[in-house]
Amino acid sequence: MKQIQLQKITKRFGNVEVIPPLDLEIETGEFVVFVGPSGCGKSTLLRLIAGLEDVTDGQILINGKDATAIAPAERGLAMVFQSYALYPHMTVRNNIAFPLRMAGIDKAEQARRVEEAAKTLNLSEYLDRRPGQLSGGQRQRVAIGRAIVREPTAFLFDEPLSNLDAALRVGMRLEISELHKRLATTMIYVTHDQVEAMTMADKIVVLNAGVIEQVGSPLELYHTPKNTFVAGFIGSPRMNLLAGSAAQKYGAHTIGIRPEHIGISADKGDWQGVVGVSEHLGSDTFFHVNCPDFSQPLTVRASGEVEFVYGDKVYLTPDKTHVHKFDDRGLRIA
Amino acid sequence: MARAVSNRRKMLNTALAWLVGLVIFFPILWIIVLSFKTEGDAIRTPLEVLGSVWTLESYAVVQDRSDYFKHFTNSVIIALGSTLLGVLVAVPAAWSMAFVPSKRTRGILMWMLSTKMLPAVGVLYPIYLLFIELGLLDSRTGLVVVLMLINLPIIVWMLYTYFREIPAEILEAARMDGASLRSELLYVLTPMAIPGIASTILLNVILAWNEAFWTLNLTAAKAAPLTAFIASYSSPEGLFYAKLSAASVMAIMPILIMGWFSQKQLVRGLTFGAVK
Repeated sequence: MKQIQLQKITKRFGNVEVIPPLDLEIETGEFVVFVGPSGCGKSTLLRLIAGLEDVTDGQILINGKDATAIAPAERGLAMVFQSYALYPHMTVRNNIAFPLRMAGIDKAEQARRVEEAAKTLNLSEYLDRRPGQLSGGQRQRVAIGRAIVREPTAFLFDEPLSNLDAALRVGMRLEISELHKRLATTMIYVTHDQVEAMTMADKIVVLNAGVIEQVGSPLELYHTPKNTFVAGFIGSPRMNLLAGSAAQKYGAHTIGIRPEHIGISADKGDWQGVVGVSEHLGSDTFFHVNCPDFSQPLTVRASGEVEFVYGDKVYLTPDKTHVHKFDDRGLRIA
Repeated sequence: MARAVSNRRKMLNTALAWLVGLVIFFPILWIIVLSFKTEGDAIRTPLEVLGSVWTLESYAVVQDRSDYFKHFTNSVIIALGSTLLGVLVAVPAAWSMAFVPSKRTRGILMWMLSTKMLPAVGVLYPIYLLFIELGLLDSRTGLVVVLMLINLPIIVWMLYTYFREIPAEILEAARMDGASLRSELLYVLTPMAIPGIASTILLNVILAWNEAFWTLNLTAAKAAPLTAFIASYSSPEGLFYAKLSAASVMAIMPILIMGWFSQKQLVRGLTFGAVK
């Protein structure tokens, strides 16, 4: 079932069109990630759905009903903010209970739901502390707790992990994914981190300058990017995009080859190059190889430890079955 | 980076700061000294004054001749009343300017402040006539309203600067959580701004307590606060320095003590939220 539908949604700030007419459908229970570079309009889009920004034109339907003009609280959505936006003067208990209190739910029921949410999020010991006495990860959990107790139609997350350190981020990522599996509630998640998008999403919406470049499952985007923007944005390290004679050989204006689809060898191959910086991750090694044929260095991923050092002469061979072809407008060919 | 300051320089700075402090404080100190002297001693040369006997005579006379507590009560009611009423009006005003600014917000703020630069005597006549018309002359209600209006620009400005420090996302979170505008102001914004509101209240209580122009011109006996109490001891021909000083000390002591205990908040208030 379609839960949230955006129909010709437009947002202008004065004369600046941040989001040109845009259509999108989100299914019930889906985990949808909006991803794109800074300033691509992904947060604005989320705020339009939340009702924190007014839509300039178009319609937002939630559960089939027109929600374009109704107040944020009445849309049945809960939001987790980047800065957590906890109420600093209230205890964790009161923070989580706040939406229930605003909804006029009786005290006993409030307490029951707060306890339940706290148990789910491992916050039971912290209920009487204030946000200032908690770590970043705990604060984030309180923000999620405040969203859960409302039993919303959908959760909206606005870059919720960007203030956490790397290790915590991975942990919270798993927790949010697990929460989604358990609650089976629709989640819309905004991030600029494509790894977060790939690992968490059922469906990724890639945005660029307010325009949807592609919508699809993580693997769809990975295997069949619709254009060079998506090709370059999804995947880490980035796909190598090559133009010129190398591309013409494949009958394309530009070709894209992911680092894992290039073979590296000491004695033979299609392109000759010199090893520049190499990054050793243990499980993988990334080589940045400078080829005289191309203006930018190529990134090559080799499994495990491969013994090439700075300045070594190497040969590269693309895996022909994994070459992405794009025309002169940057659109995928076939 | 800390700048290196030589010890000599430090001592010089300290001495200078003490000197400036003493110069500023001296009139108050001298009033306190004179209030403990007889009328005869109070008009002698400073050295003779210091050498003369100390007495509580002036305080006794002042307390005997006029009702200090009536004036004190009036001051308290007028200062607190006008400030609290002002805060009540200013919170929503500052909220809208801080969180829903328009193109004209800046202009409105400047215009409000510009009314403070208007000489008060310019509007004395119309306000006096209005007071007669409304039967507010020599009433505490009238003074509460006038002083509230006089200090409102400062209250709005101060609250505006404090509110601007509160992240808008927290108010948005409250909106998502179903808080009405009233609940947002009552349960989220106001509690978060309590330190700022406290500084605002303190500073404006002091301003209202010290306000002399309107309190002297619009009162006679019934609603007269401590400013009028002091004024009643200044007479053009007789020089009652000792009694005048005693009355002054009695009038400024409450606010001086309050200021002493709330220095931290006051500094914050005076710097309009610039100190974090």
